[in-house]
Amino acid sequence: MKSAVIVFPGSNREGDVLRALKSAGSQVEKVWHAETELPQGTDLVVLPGGFSYGDYLRCGAIAGRAIVMDAVRAHAARGGLVLGICNGFQILCESGLLPGILMRNANLKFICHRQFLRVERNDTAFTKAYAKHQAIDVCVAHGEGNYTADEETLKRLEGDGLVAFRYADAQGHITQDANRNGSMNSIAGIYSEKLNVLGMMPHPENLIEDLVGGTDGRGLFESLVSSFSRAA
Amino acid sequence: MIRNDVAITPELVKEHGLKPDEYERFVNLIGREPTITELGIVSAMWNEHCSYKSSRIHLRGLPTKAPWVIQGPGENAGVIDIGDGLACIFKMESHNHPSFIEPCQGAATGVGGILRDVFTMGARPIAALNFLRFGEPDHPKTPHLVSGVVAGIGGYGNSFGVPTVGGSVGFDKRYNGNILVNAMAVGLARTDEIWYAKATGVGNPIVYLGSKTGRDGIHGATMASAEFDDASDEKRPTVQVGDPFAEKLLLEACLELMKSGAVIAIQDMGAAGLTSSAVEMGAKGNLGIELDLDKVPCREEGMTAYEMMLSESQERMLMVLKPGMEQEAQAIFHKWGLDFAVIGKTTDTLRFVIKHQGEVKADLPIKELGDEAPLYDRPWVECPKQPVVAPESVKAPMSEAEALLKLVGSPDQCSKRWVWEQYDHLILGNTVQTPGGDAAIVRVEDGPKGLALTTDVTPRYCEADPFEGGKQAVAEAWRNITAVGGLPLAITDNLNFASPERPESMGQFVGCLKGIGEACKALDFPVVSGNVSLYNETNGQGILPTPAIGGVGLVDDVTVNASLAFRREGEAIILIGATQGWLGQSIYLRDICGREEGAPPPVDLLQEKRNGDFVRQLIRSGQVTTVHDLSDGGIALGLAEMAMAGGVGAEITAYPEGFPLHAFLFGEDQARYLIAVDEDVAADILYEAGAIGIPAVTLGLTGGDALILPGQQAISVKQLKAAHEAWLPNYMTGKA
Repeated sequence: MKSAVIVFPGSNREGDVLRALKSAGSQVEKVWHAETELPQGTDLVVLPGGFSYGDYLRCGAIAGRAIVMDAVRAHAARGGLVLGICNGFQILCESGLLPGILMRNANLKFICHRQFLRVERNDTAFTKAYAKHQAIDVCVAHGEGNYTADEETLKRLEGDGLVAFRYADAQGHITQDANRNGSMNSIAGIYSEKLNVLGMMPHPENLIEDLVGGTDGRGLFESLVSSFSRAA
Repeated sequence: MIRNDVAITPELVKEHGLKPDEYERFVNLIGREPTITELGIVSAMWNEHCSYKSSRIHLRGLPTKAPWVIQGPGENAGVIDIGDGLACIFKMESHNHPSFIEPCQGAATGVGGILRDVFTMGARPIAALNFLRFGEPDHPKTPHLVSGVVAGIGGYGNSFGVPTVGGSVGFDKRYNGNILVNAMAVGLARTDEIWYAKATGVGNPIVYLGSKTGRDGIHGATMASAEFDDASDEKRPTVQVGDPFAEKLLLEACLELMKSGAVIAIQDMGAAGLTSSAVEMGAKGNLGIELDLDKVPCREEGMTAYEMMLSESQERMLMVLKPGMEQEAQAIFHKWGLDFAVIGKTTDTLRFVIKHQGEVKADLPIKELGDEAPLYDRPWVECPKQPVVAPESVKAPMSEAEALLKLVGSPDQCSKRWVWEQYDHLILGNTVQTPGGDAAIVRVEDGPKGLALTTDVTPRYCEADPFEGGKQAVAEAWRNITAVGGLPLAITDNLNFASPERPESMGQFVGCLKGIGEACKALDFPVVSGNVSLYNETNGQGILPTPAIGGVGLVDDVTVNASLAFRREGEAIILIGATQGWLGQSIYLRDICGREEGAPPPVDLLQEKRNGDFVRQLIRSGQVTTVHDLSDGGIALGLAEMAMAGGVGAEITAYPEGFPLHAFLFGEDQARYLIAVDEDVAADILYEAGAIGIPAVTLGLTGGDALILPGQQAISVKQLKAAHEAWLPNYMTGKA
């Protein structure tokens, strides 16, 4: 599998996701925000975490309109896979690739902590390695992760099974306490209609080794790589 | 002849923080009345913050050398060799006064400044820490200051992309009018790719990099060297505003430029901005510097030479470039969207010449600006020794269990989760031990090495006995690193004290420094960088003497480490180190008995080293993975922290005769650790310790869901945790 990690000025978790992709067996290339094309043969585009362009405007607002995003939108339109993590999720919402928006956390503060997620479905390219409704232990680190959308959008997301992950407790129960940023319906990540674009606030890329907290994040990257090794 | 537009009156001299005799010294040095720009320059160079005029003679006594020290104090940061061609570059610096006036931006730019110090030398920052002290919780300003400082530290570090992995937060009424915000940054570089401030070569271009210059922060360093009064809030305009995004770009651009081979010397513009960075580069290289201020990228129109030379706008760098490399360097900076301008050149005149709009605004001898700065041997008095508090003389006002429950939920001992959850401590994916333990561990690249990092000092000890307190600060940093399995290598010190012009506070400074020096020597733990912050007082009330120590240690294999959590049931709990039940200056005496008195626990450095080396060897050989160093609150608090971290209780059955239980449990004797091990291994460890004369005794066993102290009612771990976690969030939301 060939992955392209887009680097915006202010991206800061590109190295983390690069490491996770490599260790799962993907080839990885960094792509600068001013590029107009993706590298030939790109299977997966990753928008990493960080504070693109400082995020002094709405988070992801400027990056959503960066030159390289035209190429990303074209890739998604062709059915190519796109993964946006944290700031990447915010950028996907701002670029029109995913619906809704990430508002400031309910407590109006940046929060960084370990967080369980419930995997809502395991039949997508991103989640095959997990069991349905498995609780996975990852982490969050964001100030604006409070997923918000209008009623109709929420209904559609829920009705079409487009919610990818929800904030949960260790047993996989969806509780108010587990939903610390205040997201609607405890949404931690969502898919596009064709299930080829995933945006999520938590960081699976930081939980890939026992030494550093655990390995529950590996499944996401292994799912992606395995989709392609079988196809090849 | 240089034109003088502004008459230099005694009032103007005073406003610039120069004493009449210091001004006279300057006039004699240059042989004429200075211009206003020159007055500004000298005020920036000769203030306490930049010149260390009151502290220099005492700093000389600190041990700064070891075979692994590549660069000691005097550069942007200290550098140590950690093997495999890698160097660790680190420093801690204060931003106390700006943070009191504008907590969020003050703290943010403190973090920005220290990160810049580290990457100026070619290192990529891999961890940040901090040391914070606030006024008493009841003081009306305290919640606002806590909230702002934490938001500022988090906001800057999180956006920049460095994990904030450790720190210390405490409260005391002595910081009511003068909080402490000390930020530490740790970076990684190759030993053959370290960059220094020393300029070389005549006629080489001097390049300005980074953000544009504005009117922010003018006289920041002078403010930082003055006492506070009730009108200090009016100084808000002298606080700079941080832009972590610009800093992140500056980091990437600088590291890329360094790789290109175009850099001769580099210096960040920190305190006193363009002035001190340019003077430092020239003076270190025995060269003159000529600057043309018309070339300086400015954010505002009509800035004068005076303003440009004293601006403390953030995220800026000054560099001496190899001639002919300008194009290449400029391309890199433009790629990152940053300003790049050739603003001057090195000369062989040893003069610091500033030109603006076709006129010479300053022409000063460059070496003398640094070398001839006033140097004071300020009068000081020895602090009177405090009497030793006999354990028997302290009556317990409540049961030991009640006292422990009260302490775990007290402002100083409670969980600081509310703080560190606002810091991204996981970015970069190398945080092996997160905040909340004895020391953080950060893996170096892909391993197997790691760095153990901590910040420590016990200010109440330092006030009661500066010498012992100084020793203890270093010993505790050393012990914390040891407790996770690290070999302590070097420290950075951030010396926060009150006015040096009062002999009592100067005495505290001198005493603490002697203690620090002695401990560093005994523990092979040299000082490689640091910062002095004096005049920390408001309306004549000084802070507690607070020499914060930032320690760095090496973990050879990060997979072999220890943490404080009780992990398994039925393990033997062993106390390493001697206990006398020392209650003088203890947390128990202060928070339970309401007595702030007595001599602090003495630090026997020989014992410290022997006990620590023993514990480290137990961790490194894989025999022990649960270790906690003992400090505030003694054995009882140590046990509670271990139980809470692992969710496993313990029962303490043995305690020595001869002194009261509360002295045994809460005494703060030094050089001690608690470990928990399988009972079979415990016997070997006790035997080994006995054979080399290290005090070691089994106190009880882990297990259950409660902590049971001798003869006391059990306290459930749940109850401990609830008390421990509750105070700070409740306080910050107005519920405490």
